[in-house]
Amino acid sequence: MGKQGVGAPLPRREDDRFLRGRGRYVADIAMAGMREVAFLRSPVAHGIVRGVRAPQGSMVFTMADLDGVAPIRAPSALPGFRRTDQWPLANGRVRQVGEPIAMVVAATRAEAEDILDAITLDIEELPPATDMLAHRAGPPIHEGWPDNVVLHSLVEDDISGVQAPIVVRRRLRTARQHMAPLEGRGVVARWDTRLSQLEMHTSSQMVHVTKTGLAECLGLPESSVRIISPDVGGGFGYKGILLQEEVAIGWLARRLEGTPLRWIEDRREGLAGQANCREHHYDITVHADHDGTILALDCEAHVDVGAYSAYPFSACLEGAQIGSILPGPYVVPRYRCRTWSVATNKPPILPYRGVARTGVCYALETTLDAVARAGGLDPIAVRLRNLPGPADMPYTNVTKKIFDSGDYPEALRRAAEAMDREGFAQRQREARDNGRLIGQGFAIFCEQGAHGTSVYHGWGIPFVPGAEPCQARLTPDGGLELRVGVHSHGQGMETTLAQVAHEILGVPVERVWLIHGDTALTPYSTGTWGSRCAVMAGGAVAEACTELRERLLPIGRHLLQAPEAVFEDGAVRAGAASVSVAEMARVFHRAPQNLTEAMQARGLECTAGHKTMRDTGTFSYAAHAVEVEVDPATGHVDLLRYVIVEDGGVLLNPLVADGQVLGGTAQGIGTALFEEMPYDAAGQPLASTFADYMLPGASDVPDIEILHMETPSPISRFGQKGIGESGAIGPPAAIVNAINDAIAHLGREVTDIPATPERVLAALAHPGRPGRGGAA
Amino acid sequence: MKPVAFEHATAATLDEARALLTTGAKPMAGGQSLGPMLNLRLVRPERLVDIKRVPGLRGFTETETHLTLGAATTHAEIEDGRVPDVTNGLMRHVAGGIAYRAVRNRGTLGGSLAHADPAADWPSVMAALGATILTSGGRRLPADGFLRAPFTTALEPGEIITAVEIPRQPPGARWGYCKINRKIGEFAKAIGIATPTRLLAGAVEGPPTLLDRVEDIPARLPWLDPAAQRLAAIAVTRAQAMRDS
Repeated sequence: MGKQGVGAPLPRREDDRFLRGRGRYVADIAMAGMREVAFLRSPVAHGIVRGVRAPQGSMVFTMADLDGVAPIRAPSALPGFRRTDQWPLANGRVRQVGEPIAMVVAATRAEAEDILDAITLDIEELPPATDMLAHRAGPPIHEGWPDNVVLHSLVEDDISGVQAPIVVRRRLRTARQHMAPLEGRGVVARWDTRLSQLEMHTSSQMVHVTKTGLAECLGLPESSVRIISPDVGGGFGYKGILLQEEVAIGWLARRLEGTPLRWIEDRREGLAGQANCREHHYDITVHADHDGTILALDCEAHVDVGAYSAYPFSACLEGAQIGSILPGPYVVPRYRCRTWSVATNKPPILPYRGVARTGVCYALETTLDAVARAGGLDPIAVRLRNLPGPADMPYTNVTKKIFDSGDYPEALRRAAEAMDREGFAQRQREARDNGRLIGQGFAIFCEQGAHGTSVYHGWGIPFVPGAEPCQARLTPDGGLELRVGVHSHGQGMETTLAQVAHEILGVPVERVWLIHGDTALTPYSTGTWGSRCAVMAGGAVAEACTELRERLLPIGRHLLQAPEAVFEDGAVRAGAASVSVAEMARVFHRAPQNLTEAMQARGLECTAGHKTMRDTGTFSYAAHAVEVEVDPATGHVDLLRYVIVEDGGVLLNPLVADGQVLGGTAQGIGTALFEEMPYDAAGQPLASTFADYMLPGASDVPDIEILHMETPSPISRFGQKGIGESGAIGPPAAIVNAINDAIAHLGREVTDIPATPERVLAALAHPGRPGRGGAA
Repeated sequence: MKPVAFEHATAATLDEARALLTTGAKPMAGGQSLGPMLNLRLVRPERLVDIKRVPGLRGFTETETHLTLGAATTHAEIEDGRVPDVTNGLMRHVAGGIAYRAVRNRGTLGGSLAHADPAADWPSVMAALGATILTSGGRRLPADGFLRAPFTTALEPGEIITAVEIPRQPPGARWGYCKINRKIGEFAKAIGIATPTRLLAGAVEGPPTLLDRVEDIPARLPWLDPAAQRLAAIAVTRAQAMRDS
């Protein structure tokens, strides 16, 4: 509807407060009498806590004090899944460096850290499991397990009869990474004696799930827990996890009723003990015909899931996802994938933007380029042979994923054209003649978003998303309040959801107020994750506003005394006469005597739920294309050009969509070239500050050109698709393909990421050995 | 990541600074290296002496042969040309590549030299320029050799850097500077500097080292592993090429 509705490129309304420093985060909250909490954390990767001796007179709590508190449990119903108990404070054993052992309270954080320094900790060390391949069989890190396999999943097809002229096998590794939102985790909590309720401010993407998990661990009814998530400085998955610290502080706030408590995670805590993600190993084989047509795909994959199954997504998420999404966007006739999720003495692996997609896209797309090299084929042509065409849509792939709509080959063709693919070979030769190594790389992938009940029911994890709710309320002055259970922390929903409301009701975007991030004020929802909000919360806002519109129409007709009047452009209209939404809201709330009894009975406030027409998810897709220069002396990789062709269906707001893609791509560049959380053989993290853990900086992200296609999804309310994670998926595959294109004539290949200068140099030093790169 | 408790004192004069810098005390100017070390509790001084307001530690004097920069001159002041440049742009170029702007706004020339991280820029640049370091003890120490070992300098306990005397380079004298690092602003893995008369390999896990020729690297930097020697040679070669281009 005009300039503010669906598709309008409105600047984000929330940016005004963010850019002026007027946002309010957990660490900005101060309460009278507030005290600081700090955690004593395990200095070893595996051990038995024999004793914690606290200095005289200090307030120190261990698990023995936390009576009635249950461990965090995130099971999965997938066959064979082994459950872990993650205690809020160590209960005998510690299984990772950084695991909380004791909780200290003091007037300031510095004083709390002084007490930590003075505690004597007696730990009997046990040998750690640190490598998913070497330690899969044991020794087990959980008592009673036969080995360290959390889950072994199989997608078994008989591929024994496949006779392929091209068979390419690669062993690839993706580094363990650390999610690094600008704002780390943090908690401010107090026990409200009036309401007999724990009020916890915490930096969360999913306040309701946190509430449910916390209530279960603390043995409280859900009415006794209120979770408030104010502005959140980046989530990416790390804010979708129930933390041990939240449980421990929740217990303590109740115990010290009346004393507000605060814990703000510092970077060292975050880096050395939390927010790990992404560590995969692939042994992948593609069987292809002479022309590059895929005949079969065969893979054995490992995921290092760390010590515990994190709530609520569980340790099964990545491993099971690999099996179901490894075939990517392609037509794969035969497919076999065996996946092991292996427990190690490292922090739990958490779902990071893209989740397993970044790894599988890397594995499949780099191997397809190797197929092209093996067959003397163009990598674009190989992909075009194997992508389903627009006439095949909706396409059900080998793992029963239903690609809802789109023209995948066209996305790739546009990317190739934008990169001047035709002229590149000559430029590459000329560059080589001048001693320069340049290369182009491509990757294409699809992203399932907003998948719902039927998909998650199958995983059997602690929550299953249902219909997404929205409460809409017209205020007497004609304003519109939207209450949603999702949380906006960078997604721009205070803008886009207002645009959806405007589309339906015509209320100016400036008069729409989005209320989110508070369990007391919003309807129950699984929250913000899985690229679901544009589709699910957008759909929910549309449903609720449609319901309001249906309630307004009889009021307008009555006030106009025109039974044929229609709702249009934010008013009920009959010829030249009209009555605005604001006027109808005023009459309803402040002059009900002008309405019939029946009109007064139903309020201008309603809750509606939304599900997509089929809950198997929207499938956005994108082609990433990059040109790099490799410095053969230093191994340094420069990104010369980066083009993305993105199809997110109908865009609610193209500016917001671009922002999502750009931010994700910056993170993907980190995965490709910089980010790595190494552990030594003792299970010690080797990066505990940003001097050691390299994030890409502004100067490492080139000007990214985004070209949009907008194929509507047939299953969502406006044809929109989820694209929240897309940007973070493609870069490692595209960039490493470009690196390998630059060095292929030397017979060299990079296989492990990040492609650090050390790994690139190691690859250059080992001709004809496309195996493991060097250690960084 | 909060420091242990310490006493904080502000020195108004050099004498006061000297008196306050007793055993267990540490001077602080910009605090860009010391601050993180305090927060990580890697250093636990009893007293922190703020010296950046001491007269004489700021400002500059210029002669026909030298520029003398106060030790508390910030990287940003050098980058922005708010102090004179006698190096035909070398120092401005280097300053602009130190960490990122927020660090450059506070971090100081003298602080960087005194901190003596081999991977930092100034210890190498000052050695290559043949600069002289002036101290509160009235000593004049050549920058070449000032960094004795990683995080170890020729300063005596309680002695602070007051100024750096930089020889004026001849007009039009060319230079080359190559810093190899993971990304802009990161600490160097190798630094190469070429002035008309000197070559220097820096960020070498020890004192920045003057060279006659690139080929001297294995002999002059025997403690470096072959990969690091190789990187040092690349940096010096590229600095040379930049100078001669």
